[in-house]
Amino acid sequence: MTTIENHDYDVLIIGAGGAGLRAAIEAKQQGLRVGILTKSLLGKAHTVMAEGGMAAAMGNVYPEDNWQVHFRDTMRGGKYLNNFRMAELHAKEAPERVLELEQWGALFDRTKDGKILQRDFGGHRYARLAHVGDRTGLELIRTLQQKVVSMGVDVFMECKVLQLLKDSAGAVSGVAAYWRASGEFVTFTSKAVILATGGAGKSWKFTSNSWEGTGDGHAMALWAGSELIDMEAIQFHPTGMVWPMSVRGLLVTEGVRGDGGVLRNSLGERFMFNYVAPMFRAETAETEEEADKWYDDHSAGRRPPELLPRDEVARAINAEVKAGRGSPHGGVFLDIASRRTPEFIRRRLPSMYHQFMELAGVDITREPMEIGPTCHYIMGGVKVDAETAATKTPGLFAAGEVAAGLHGANRLGGNSLSDLIVFGKRAGEGAVSYIKSGGGTGKFAQSDVDAAIAEALAPFERAEGENPYDIQRDLQEMMQANVGIIRTGSELEFAIKELEKLTERVHNIKIKGGRAYNPGWNLATDLPAMITVSKCVAAGALSRKESRGGHTRDDFPKTDVELGTVNFTHTSSDGKWDGKFAVAPQPIPTITPELKALLEEAK
Amino acid sequence: MSDITMRVWRGDAQGGDFETYTIERNEGEVVLDVIHRIQATEAPDLACRWNCKAGKCGSCAVEVNGKPRLMCMTRMDTLPEGPVTVTPMKTFPIIRDLVTDVSFNYAQAEKVPALLPPPMPADGYRMYQEDVERGQEFRKCIECFMCQDVCHVIRDHEDNKQHYAGPRFFIRYAELEMHPLDTNDRRDLVREDMGLGYCNITKCCTEVCPEHIKITDNAIIPLKERVVDAHYDPVAWLGRKIRRKTKTSASEAAVQPAP
Repeated sequence: MTTIENHDYDVLIIGAGGAGLRAAIEAKQQGLRVGILTKSLLGKAHTVMAEGGMAAAMGNVYPEDNWQVHFRDTMRGGKYLNNFRMAELHAKEAPERVLELEQWGALFDRTKDGKILQRDFGGHRYARLAHVGDRTGLELIRTLQQKVVSMGVDVFMECKVLQLLKDSAGAVSGVAAYWRASGEFVTFTSKAVILATGGAGKSWKFTSNSWEGTGDGHAMALWAGSELIDMEAIQFHPTGMVWPMSVRGLLVTEGVRGDGGVLRNSLGERFMFNYVAPMFRAETAETEEEADKWYDDHSAGRRPPELLPRDEVARAINAEVKAGRGSPHGGVFLDIASRRTPEFIRRRLPSMYHQFMELAGVDITREPMEIGPTCHYIMGGVKVDAETAATKTPGLFAAGEVAAGLHGANRLGGNSLSDLIVFGKRAGEGAVSYIKSGGGTGKFAQSDVDAAIAEALAPFERAEGENPYDIQRDLQEMMQANVGIIRTGSELEFAIKELEKLTERVHNIKIKGGRAYNPGWNLATDLPAMITVSKCVAAGALSRKESRGGHTRDDFPKTDVELGTVNFTHTSSDGKWDGKFAVAPQPIPTITPELKALLEEAK
Repeated sequence: MSDITMRVWRGDAQGGDFETYTIERNEGEVVLDVIHRIQATEAPDLACRWNCKAGKCGSCAVEVNGKPRLMCMTRMDTLPEGPVTVTPMKTFPIIRDLVTDVSFNYAQAEKVPALLPPPMPADGYRMYQEDVERGQEFRKCIECFMCQDVCHVIRDHEDNKQHYAGPRFFIRYAELEMHPLDTNDRRDLVREDMGLGYCNITKCCTEVCPEHIKITDNAIIPLKERVVDAHYDPVAWLGRKIRRKTKTSASEAAVQPAP
């Protein structure tokens, strides 16, 4: 056996998005040796995609805004499945976390009197999102990246973590990884590991996530003995582009429908009229004529059915596709071209128009868009302690999209960026205090490293086998069709069986080419995590026999008060990716009377 | 639709050659979509970088028909008829296929003295929109490094990398110099160690910038003017000697801890 390259740190952070970088700053400031591992280059994480802003009750635009209101908005948005303490800490600490970014060079848009400007966003009672035009995520990542670099934190780029390593007492003590450039293996020893790996949307065919969103952190935490909660809670946008490929995953604003865009099936029918649930009938137009009057004069007719709540629209799209009346690429048509003049569309939707023109050569003033439900954000994730971001596994911490609790069953726009900086910092502090109180040995068994390496290399050694891209495609299509925006018991049961078959297929992957920068091999190392996460989402969705937030069951369309008191919790019995995972309800902690009173005020 | 012919450079630091792939043409595709289809079928080991696929992360910079382009923002139907050539960025060492070693840029980033603002008041700093806008233009940079790739100072002269920061970092220095809160002075550093004088304002960098940042006009030329003012204007020199200086020198700045 040859000696493997090893690096030693106090704190190791997996992921270089907003949460990972903020955690690194904290741990470094407290004098620890910090290393960051990222699958990509520094500054490319999915955080850059966030446009709207970061929510913080600074009261710069509305002085009456305060943490109590932000807390209430977050809990209401999350349908009360949230960890109340996380929602409280987030609302209280976000303003300070945003302000400190300016010390490190962030340049937010300003109010007239020179403060940070804040904008309105869905679900937030007051204008609360600090922003820089529509590139707030880029500003956040660049600010934190430049701070980390100026502090001299070591960043290991294009280094893919395969597995967490533990010491004999069961505490996390390092990782086994490989360099993408060379394909060589490397280990890191550390006293604590912070997971900041982001989301898991890559298991779906239509997703706004990049190749990185494979749920590595979710899966590795589960395998290491931590718990995942709320995995069924996933945000899908009902109208993401499904075709052409160049714009697949791009989200189409609801504004298109507000400005006259209508949904049509492959027969050209404006199908939404067939899907108006009884509770919406009184306020929804019955005919196209009536609906069309509404756009110009809201008192001349009732609202068009295209503007029903997002889960109603999603259910209708889903039903049309399943009835065989979908568009050629698995969606439906969103048509504004036949209904409004080109001048009107270009004036009302300038950025949509330019984006489609530039990226796809699609002229939305001339042809309909092909859209469908698109996976965007996972609320569920690793269960953490609100104060310290500690998981159930000693030495393992998690922050950002990989962690669960703050957003409950549904996330408000703008709360994800503030989540990163609030709980990124707390994870850094949590790891530091764990180490300062004597936690962490940095020791692991070489046999665990050898096993991880053997598993990673197995696909090279088979004489023949499957292309990992074929398995990924089948996984994505299966999850999109059966564990998508609208779920039903029989489809979820089918999905769980299919996931077992996909697990078997991963055991039969054959890699073409060498180890140096081989994307096929990299995908092969991602698939165990993708399948693990998919299994948890399917099992959680099957368990939650109600509809709540980002989880909609066609067979249980109503919210169930009893189920609002539990998180469905996933555990692994043997720590193996192809082993058995269990799911069970776990009571949500009882909210304090003070916080409960804040929620009551809203009603 | 007709097929397309892609000539993709395959190889590593030891050498390589073009591989030709013939693949069905689909409507509305960008170069990255075609590369992805080649990966998923014929060549799962074809190395390329990409992340957001929306022109926001700058990962997928290569050269398409010899010009620096983001693969995710280059529509196939905008390219001329005939084979499409895809090669790695020329200025950086090759790792494999379309992936280059861009660590030069990360090394440059480490040399930038950080923002040095005054202590923050309890309710935050006051800055005005017209004052932050200059810096905001430069902070649109997605670090695709295509401006570095196209800059002939380093594209054609490997040796210059020792003492030349390149357009991406000139806009970074300009941003810090124009930052309303900054008290550092990086003008000596930019002149002496970062090679600002090597740039002879051919504007190649501005032309390739996917964010349409006016690199030459709004960053490099004003930076050159500031450096000139600092060193060759006798009135300014005298003024600095007499007046209490508000900015620290680059060497002092480099050792001061950032907040």
